[in-house]
Amino acid sequence: MSSLVEVADSVRRGEVSALELAEATIAKIAADQTNSFLDFDAERTRAMARAVDHKRARGEPLGPLAGVPIGIKDVLCTKDARTTCGSKILEGYRPPYDATAVARLRTADAVFTGKLNMDEFAMGSSNENSAYGPVKNPWDLTRVPGGSSGGSAAAVAAGLSLGTLGTDTGGSIRQPAALCGIVGVKPTYGRVSRYGLVAFASSLDQVGTFAADVRGAARMLEVIAGHDKHDSTSVARGVDEWVAACGKSVAGLRLGVPREYFEAGLDAEVRASIEAALELLRGLGCELVPIDMPHTQHAVATYYVVATAECSSNLARFDGVRYGLRVPSGDLESMYGETRDRGFGAEVKRRILLGTYVLSAGYYDAYYTKAQKVRTLIRRDFDRAFEKVDAIVGPTSPSVAWPLGAKVDDPLQMYLADVYTLPASLAGLPGISVPAAPSAAGLPIGLQIVTPAWTEDRLFQLAHAFEQVSPARGKRP
Amino acid sequence: MSESLDRDRVLHIAKLARVTLHGAEVPALTEQLGKILGHVAQLQQVDTEGVEPTAQVGVERLPFRDDVVRPSVPREVALSQAPETAGGGFVVPAFIEE
Repeated sequence: MSSLVEVADSVRRGEVSALELAEATIAKIAADQTNSFLDFDAERTRAMARAVDHKRARGEPLGPLAGVPIGIKDVLCTKDARTTCGSKILEGYRPPYDATAVARLRTADAVFTGKLNMDEFAMGSSNENSAYGPVKNPWDLTRVPGGSSGGSAAAVAAGLSLGTLGTDTGGSIRQPAALCGIVGVKPTYGRVSRYGLVAFASSLDQVGTFAADVRGAARMLEVIAGHDKHDSTSVARGVDEWVAACGKSVAGLRLGVPREYFEAGLDAEVRASIEAALELLRGLGCELVPIDMPHTQHAVATYYVVATAECSSNLARFDGVRYGLRVPSGDLESMYGETRDRGFGAEVKRRILLGTYVLSAGYYDAYYTKAQKVRTLIRRDFDRAFEKVDAIVGPTSPSVAWPLGAKVDDPLQMYLADVYTLPASLAGLPGISVPAAPSAAGLPIGLQIVTPAWTEDRLFQLAHAFEQVSPARGKRP
Repeated sequence: MSESLDRDRVLHIAKLARVTLHGAEVPALTEQLGKILGHVAQLQQVDTEGVEPTAQVGVERLPFRDDVVRPSVPREVALSQAPETAGGGFVVPAFIEE
């Protein structure tokens, strides 16, 4: 299939109808083997496509995502589809309103394919924490797609949507994009409204986009970004022309290569592929600058204190009273307890308990305040690096997609694999994963690029330039 | 800080978090949380003397809006997803002893 930007533009020119695109996508979804969809309704998709075609027939101008089949991570509220967050506690829940990012896709004339599978409440790195079964990686159905936006990444890789929305708290867009061989971008904290996003960790959560190519991810981000009066943490800044940034020369840009991102724990094949990718960037005229990010080693510990503390507070709202599951029990206290035990899966309970512990009397300063201080040191690593370089480059994930089930019994091992994506999340910076190379076994490997806050233009410029020379270019499952 | 996480503490935290743990969940969580806290303990080695904590990045000041009443979700819509309602409100089990 052609790229997202070309598809939207040909719908606008009337060369292809939205309904034709929808039918082709519906046929693929009906034959899906990845378990990417939690809610799929062919009639709803057809109706949206017909509406776009009618709009064009009436001579009305069409939006920048005209007729593009787009899927939505099931953590974003949709007024015409269930929103479960991959959890039993929200089984069948129908929100009364659209998330702002979703509403903006509608206004841009996108056609929704459905709601996408995910780790429960976006907590996980493999999509094995979904209450509705794991997503399978389209490149190898015995392997994980990454997480937590596993369905969003797998759906694009498998051609079940041209673009998708995901959310990234500690790497939940960039890591599955890497493992599924597509492009995934997490914008600067505050860039996209979170109104209608079911909160996990509010100082970290950010909505972003997936597409098969960089321009597609940029076009979608142009649509969803920008201030929203419903979210006081969305920052009032203009939205730049990110698609236009794609194609600009990167010659002369200085790229920081953190020594700490190439130490023990990085798979040898991933290391070799990323080193080759860096040479390609040098070939485009970039200067590679070795840098130190000395607090990288503390990112996992810092994140799993800060994020779990915030999650324990945010998930207090699921109590069996206003929406979702209720397990009847004698009194109010036991109703809460039984509902939350039965409704939440193992990983969510682990994180709620960990977060409750680090916030509890006698432990708050030792864990939570301490982690917030180390977070400041991690931010300073970036501040110092960006005095010398324009962007930071390295691997997105220390390994390729691993076999389903391989890490489920060892949560700490799963957490440690987030080491390259967590620092930028803690610092609120924009990051992107671009396909860098196929492994010897044909599995995708992703290159991560991180730039200073509010410089998504440079992020897309670099990612697009690399994409044109990447050995992964044009590779599909 | 270095105290090990035992069964009683896990049950205490679970009570604070309003999660009623059952059977094998307790030993499994005790072990897993202990391991994670063992990793997190490395933060104590970091010198943070004089370092300000980061609560939120990039949002310098939350803006105020005008204090004006605006339309909200209608009551019947707000109640429509609740497990049990009556008389225009949410129904919960009794929590005051008579």
